[in-house]
Amino acid sequence: MNFNSNRVIIIRLIILATAIIFVARLFYLQLIDSSYKASAEGNIIRRVTAYPSRGLIFDRDSEIVVCNAPIYDLMLVPHQVKKIDTLKFCQLLNLPIEEFIKRYKICKKFSAYIPSVFESQLSNSMYGRLQEFLIEFPGFYVQPRTIRDYPSLSGAHVFGYTGEISKKKLKKIGGEYRMGDYIGISGLEESYESLLKGMRGVRHVMVNVRGAEMGAFKEGLYDTVSISGLDLTSTLKSSLQKYGEQLMVNKTGAIVCIEPSSGEVLAFVSSPTYNPVELTGKGFSTNYKKLSMDTLKPLFNRSIMAQYPPGSVFKIVNHLIALQEKLINNQTSFSCDGAYNIASLSVGCHPHSSPLNLEQSIQYSCNSYYCYVFRYILENNKYKNIEMTYSSWRNHVTSLGFGNILNTDLPNEKGGFIPPTSYYNKYFGAGKWKWTTVISLAIGQGEILCTPLQLANFASIIANRGFYYIPHFVKRISHSDQIKSKYRQKNYSDFDSIHFITLINGMKRAVDDGTATMAKIKDIEICGKTGTAQNPHGKDHSIFIGFAPKDNPKIAVAAIIENSGFGGTWAAPLASLMVEKYLTDTISRGWIEEYILKADLLKK
Amino acid sequence: MSKHSTIKVGTIDWLAVIFYMALVVSGWLSIYASVYDMETGKSIFDIQTNSGRQFLWMLVSWLIIIPIITVDYKLFDSLAYLLYILTLVILVLVIFFGTEIRGSHSWITVFGFRFQPLELAKITTSLTIARYLSKYDTKIGLMKSQIILFSLIGIPALLIIGGGETGSALVFAAFVFVFYREGMSGNILLFAFLFIILFGLTLMLNIYYLLAGLGVITFIIGILLRKNKNALIFIITAGIISMGIVLSENYLLHHVLKPHQIRRLETLVNPNADPLGMGWNVTQSKIAIGSGGFLGKGFLEGTQTKFDFVPEQSTDFIFCTIAEEKGFTGSIIIIGLFVALFIRIILIAERQKSAFSRIYAYCVLSVLFFHFAINIAMTLGLAPVIGIPLPFISYGGSSLVGFTMLFFIMLKLDAYQGFILR
Repeated sequence: MNFNSNRVIIIRLIILATAIIFVARLFYLQLIDSSYKASAEGNIIRRVTAYPSRGLIFDRDSEIVVCNAPIYDLMLVPHQVKKIDTLKFCQLLNLPIEEFIKRYKICKKFSAYIPSVFESQLSNSMYGRLQEFLIEFPGFYVQPRTIRDYPSLSGAHVFGYTGEISKKKLKKIGGEYRMGDYIGISGLEESYESLLKGMRGVRHVMVNVRGAEMGAFKEGLYDTVSISGLDLTSTLKSSLQKYGEQLMVNKTGAIVCIEPSSGEVLAFVSSPTYNPVELTGKGFSTNYKKLSMDTLKPLFNRSIMAQYPPGSVFKIVNHLIALQEKLINNQTSFSCDGAYNIASLSVGCHPHSSPLNLEQSIQYSCNSYYCYVFRYILENNKYKNIEMTYSSWRNHVTSLGFGNILNTDLPNEKGGFIPPTSYYNKYFGAGKWKWTTVISLAIGQGEILCTPLQLANFASIIANRGFYYIPHFVKRISHSDQIKSKYRQKNYSDFDSIHFITLINGMKRAVDDGTATMAKIKDIEICGKTGTAQNPHGKDHSIFIGFAPKDNPKIAVAAIIENSGFGGTWAAPLASLMVEKYLTDTISRGWIEEYILKADLLKK
Repeated sequence: MSKHSTIKVGTIDWLAVIFYMALVVSGWLSIYASVYDMETGKSIFDIQTNSGRQFLWMLVSWLIIIPIITVDYKLFDSLAYLLYILTLVILVLVIFFGTEIRGSHSWITVFGFRFQPLELAKITTSLTIARYLSKYDTKIGLMKSQIILFSLIGIPALLIIGGGETGSALVFAAFVFVFYREGMSGNILLFAFLFIILFGLTLMLNIYYLLAGLGVITFIIGILLRKNKNALIFIITAGIISMGIVLSENYLLHHVLKPHQIRRLETLVNPNADPLGMGWNVTQSKIAIGSGGFLGKGFLEGTQTKFDFVPEQSTDFIFCTIAEEKGFTGSIIIIGLFVALFIRIILIAERQKSAFSRIYAYCVLSVLFFHFAINIAMTLGLAPVIGIPLPFISYGGSSLVGFTMLFFIMLKLDAYQGFILR
């Protein structure tokens, strides 16, 4: 051939050289270097999160009220499944065969090699049944994890619930949370999330191509251990809580019991409630949907979120203000002929003897008496004008914990409403309103609103003769008593303790022989005040606040039963049952208990 | 080359066809293995899987062979320019109207079938180069001819880059083999080699250090060779050309290549820098190959090449599956088949009486060899991840049909090896 034959040889050589390089490289990769072979065995290092166990919650008697329950997810690695007895498997799982095929396809579609959940949260009996046969079904295995459990089956509104973190929240707080993580969504689960959650650990595991773990990477050199969340001791008394929830069946409303000497909440009932277990695990979404659709709003925490006019209970406030401002004294009497009439204004009253002194005004809850008192307060010549007088009145009221949130340790607390001066100025025009305009405030009607927690706290202030601790729900964190200092600090109201004497005597008489006689308990000196709050949405709300014993009180209570009628008829006996249960752990008045338990006071 | 005593008119080179078939069938089996799911055990003909679709494409390819074999062989010569221009028009159109697949505007959809016209461009460019170079007045030593030749491969390459397929555009560089065979200076190969080496260095080193280093080296060698005037001029020229190459490559890196392409190149230099990102393909591919051992894991028994450990398993990384399941022996057989095919093509080329047929056969060789070399080098971690298929083996309708046409046009021309075109 021509000169090109050299070039043809060079081209051939290039081809051969390339082939030789490839063969040499293959020789090295496939026959010499064993590290690639080893890599193929443990192809990837998988970071496995070690989830910490969430902190437990105990009640004040160290009874476990919130804990973690192990559940078992049935996992499937489709690619490992080999000739299984599908029929037997479906029988074990109580699963129609079509469903089996459907789920299998879904898992398979996701990945043939990565495990997916085939059936989440097997029941214990199912798990037991399945366990011994699992060996016959390669590709299926059971993976344990935990969900929240509430063994007391009560206190849903205190403990709240946990659930998967939402995308929105994840975006907002991010940090250590990841998609699919559980987080406290309401109640103590939410407010103590940072303590309860613990710290997650991470394991580095070598995983082969079939997803099977091949052991720890570098013998766990880079692994961290998960740290359990801190345990909380709640202030609740679980037995009292349960009893309260039982009493409130077929009633809407709330009961709050507080230990006055510490501000610890003993019972916190919002009715209707739900079984906290309903919002765990498998049934979460269906139950949540059901609960949120319920017209009685069981998810709504009435005890801190519902705001009611306090009704006659509020007379106590005006009583204290008038004494503190030295506008009346213990002997001040007013007569009442069944109504308070001045000019065009008339406030009705109910029949009782007349005239009444200060103590009797509480005993019989006289409307006319408090109209007089209120006039005194708002016509106090100490102040220049109505605005200043009203502001002074309002300051006294708010010193009792009304009108603002109390800052308890549950989320979403509402503050109630005590109208500021500007409210009336805006409504009626500055200087164009006077005491008669706002006369309904005398008897706790009108614009004012408060939450059941505020009412219970108010009862606690009376029991303490003038001060309160912010009501709270956690008394111990882990094994130390280090709760926030704000819960250990006395908050004084504007009122000297001396002004509570007549008041408390009046409240004692109201129970013994006044408006709240159904709250009377043998051998227990219980003091109380009823309220009957008018509201535009139906029957009056029945309200009662009280405490017992009269000296050295152990429990303060507020009860509200929506749309049920007089305070003395429902709220008073109901609250007295709570008091009796707490103080004596027995109920001496079976008929009262039965009367309350049987009552169906749901708004029809 | 031995002289052939008998001229077999109209006879296909059956040995070449056997190599072709062997590669296509082993490719098909490997595609099946790479998508095979032990559990469902779908058939190799299942149209839902890549292997089933590849089988269809095999049939389509074989159907296309029939007209190639039956048409007048002179047509390939006479229609070369027309087809080339037509291809360029399609390549322009596809940039603007093409179907976008994974960021690449290089597909056209005809009757529901997607096709990459760049496969067509390989064929028509080959025919055009063969026609131009075989013209009696083309002198490959002349600057004018060289400019025309490089334009002929440069224009479709640029249009393909415009369509987002930089990897495939590189294939057109393979034609320098043809130019070399046809008498262009051997420096062209050295130049290409220098280009590649410097490209690697540009990736690894700071551009200023590199330029300074080149300057220093040129200077030192220049001082050593200062007595020999010709050598001195050569070295200085080489130094300046090198710096020019580095500067243009640097420009290419920062202004032409997309970030993912640069990352692919960087991964080549250090695959461990980003083991879960770009280095993933390379590392996983090497693991898969390494785990094959001497005899491999057996057909359909591969583990690394299933799941998603090696991405684009049945297309660009098909050689992994072969290396894993068939081991060292199987890999050598495949490489051996390719080498045998290449040697056979050289033999075919050299026995042509017609320059057109010879040059075309070298074009076929260049295109196939370039794909083979780059694809396997990439799989073995020796070249950057350039998404080009392994001829006849990789999954993909366009490439199989394209390579088949390319190859069988050569065989058709070979059937008339004794005739001189024109």
